[in-house]
Amino acid sequence: MKSLEELRALREKMKSQTDNRSVAGSDETVIKVGMATCGIAAGARPVLEALLDEADKRQLHNISISQTGCIGMCRLEPIVEVFKDGQKYTYIHMTADKARQVIADHVVNGNPCKEYLIGEN
Amino acid sequence: MFRSHILVCGGTGCTSGNSMKIYDALVDRIQKAGLEKEVHVTKTGCFGLCAYGPIMIVYPEGAFYSQVKVEDVDEIVNEHIIKGRIVTRLLYKETVGEDGSIKALNDTNFYKKQHRVALRNCGVINPEKIEEYIAYDGYEALGKVLTEMTPQDVIDVISKSGLRGRGGAGFPTGRKWQFAKNSVGDKKYVCCNADEGDPGAFMDRSILEGDPHAVIEAMAIAAYAIGSDQGYIYVRAEYPIAVQRLTIAIKQAREYGLLGKNIFGTKFNFDLDIRLGAGAFVCGEETALMTSIEGHRGEPRPRPPFPAVKGLFGKPTILNNVETYANIPQIILKGADWFASMGTEKSRGTKVFALGGKIHNTGLVEIPMGTTMREIIYDIGGGCPNGKKFKAAQTGGPSGGCIPAHLIDTPIDYDNLIAIGSMMGSGGLIVMDEDNCMVDIAKFFLEFTVDESCGKCTACRIGTKRLYEMLCKVTDGTATMEDLDKMEELCYYIKENSLCGLGQTAPNPVLSTLHYFRDEYEAHVRDKRCPAGVCKKLLRYQVVADKCKGCTLCARNCPVGAISGTVKEPHVIDPNKCIKCGVCMEKCRFGAIIKA
Repeated sequence: MKSLEELRALREKMKSQTDNRSVAGSDETVIKVGMATCGIAAGARPVLEALLDEADKRQLHNISISQTGCIGMCRLEPIVEVFKDGQKYTYIHMTADKARQVIADHVVNGNPCKEYLIGEN
Repeated sequence: MFRSHILVCGGTGCTSGNSMKIYDALVDRIQKAGLEKEVHVTKTGCFGLCAYGPIMIVYPEGAFYSQVKVEDVDEIVNEHIIKGRIVTRLLYKETVGEDGSIKALNDTNFYKKQHRVALRNCGVINPEKIEEYIAYDGYEALGKVLTEMTPQDVIDVISKSGLRGRGGAGFPTGRKWQFAKNSVGDKKYVCCNADEGDPGAFMDRSILEGDPHAVIEAMAIAAYAIGSDQGYIYVRAEYPIAVQRLTIAIKQAREYGLLGKNIFGTKFNFDLDIRLGAGAFVCGEETALMTSIEGHRGEPRPRPPFPAVKGLFGKPTILNNVETYANIPQIILKGADWFASMGTEKSRGTKVFALGGKIHNTGLVEIPMGTTMREIIYDIGGGCPNGKKFKAAQTGGPSGGCIPAHLIDTPIDYDNLIAIGSMMGSGGLIVMDEDNCMVDIAKFFLEFTVDESCGKCTACRIGTKRLYEMLCKVTDGTATMEDLDKMEELCYYIKENSLCGLGQTAPNPVLSTLHYFRDEYEAHVRDKRCPAGVCKKLLRYQVVADKCKGCTLCARNCPVGAISGTVKEPHVIDPNKCIKCGVCMEKCRFGAIIKA
């Protein structure tokens, strides 16, 4: 360890390992992926992995990504729910690529990806 | 990033409950399910609620599973991890609301009043991974000290924070460091006292097991403040997990260059070694500890000279307790005012207590100074089990005293405890209920000090032995009232004439019980009776004739044939044959047998 900067860089890197190790606070963005049998069968796992990976790459810390059970609309799976700024957004028919776009546009830049939201098509 | 974290307690309590097998099983099942990229299994230090171990917690839900068995692992993985359904039957019952909702852990009675500073990382990080400590602001304080502060700045912050030694005596830490800094010497040493020997105390062990880097970082800060480059951690060999994790932690710190030469690119060098204690209680005394590190037999020597002037190998040395060190990095990062804002006027900050004895929630708690005994015992500890009445709490181990029930509202800090004849000690807190005999308790601690006295000075070696014999006379029913006065006189003699802290404090359990529970002593002496029914020689088992149905169950179970009587007639116990084993009382279905 040659400098304080080196330590801080290491800390930023390591934070992604310990993120999600607490109950999400009210100011955090919470993302839930429907992962009951229906969700997994429709391909929810690659969606979840993409979300985790993208959050990692961008070193997002104020975010909690986890799974949830059946949301009830099995035909629209994989479903991703985003809870941000007191609002709930439900994305349907998700894929890994769409998931990365949600992180980039919605979570980071604050513009919900309207075309993937439920009720839009 | 992981979608879920499973933290398994790896403290000594849970480990002895097989938590490492649970950890292995979890890792194995997660791997088999192909989830190792999304779910992270970690072992951590002590969560504190040892009574309900083995414990684990699953985030982000914050589901707190208690008394988990290896057989439960499949259900947890299949239900909770794969399907997202929390296994309610395993949840710690305090975290489940009346409507079935899950409460946050910090809202439960056990955690609500706690404030974790020294224990902040215990149960949060993996103590065997320096990276996790760094992720939680680890070594930032050391970096700040080395690059932005002068040694005097550091001492000023510590002095201003009001931190006092957590080993028991409560000497102001900043002042101790200042003495060592002002002492002139070509070499200085920083030592850590991890020779935790009080019966019932285990906070130092838990800190070393759960957050070893905090101690290492603090020792490096202390070394910078006084101008030292070598430290020693003196830890008892009976703490294998603590020793192992410390060894790993020191190795990792060296690999990252956080111990060694030119730390953070400055001219500051510091390295650290572990010295194992062989289990002598007296080695927790500072001069004996240093003598032991030097390789000699662990015996104390007179002070002055104090260690800050002439300590280890004759050089200026500071010696602090594990818990004291664990507070240091936080004080540097958050400031002296933050620390001083907690606690009472003369005792700042928080204190960790190891709750034990007749209490529901056995475990480790950290509370702000000034919290009352009542809050600790009833609100946090959950009171005495089986509806028994609280009688007294013992603090400070063999050096401390008893706090009787009528003083339960005393706010706990160094000075209040001394004022009521006890002491803070290292933080063991043993709760006693109506079934405990106070003479017997005093005898227990005296037996301990007789055993552990190093024998160097006469007052302690022979004095404690004689005192113990007098206590035996009391519990045997052969003492006289004059003996009680003699005992008291001897107590003061030992206190005044012993060489070190061990002897000077050894009579405290006797003095405080004599003071608060003299009636119990007198009952033993005058009435030849033990009110709590503990002292065997004074015990008489009797049959209450009205209640006895003559079922013969007691007579059949008595191992020495001391009970006689015919069927359907009240039985009689022959006191000459009775060995007071209590089997008859246990077996009787009508409550007809009593201790008199």
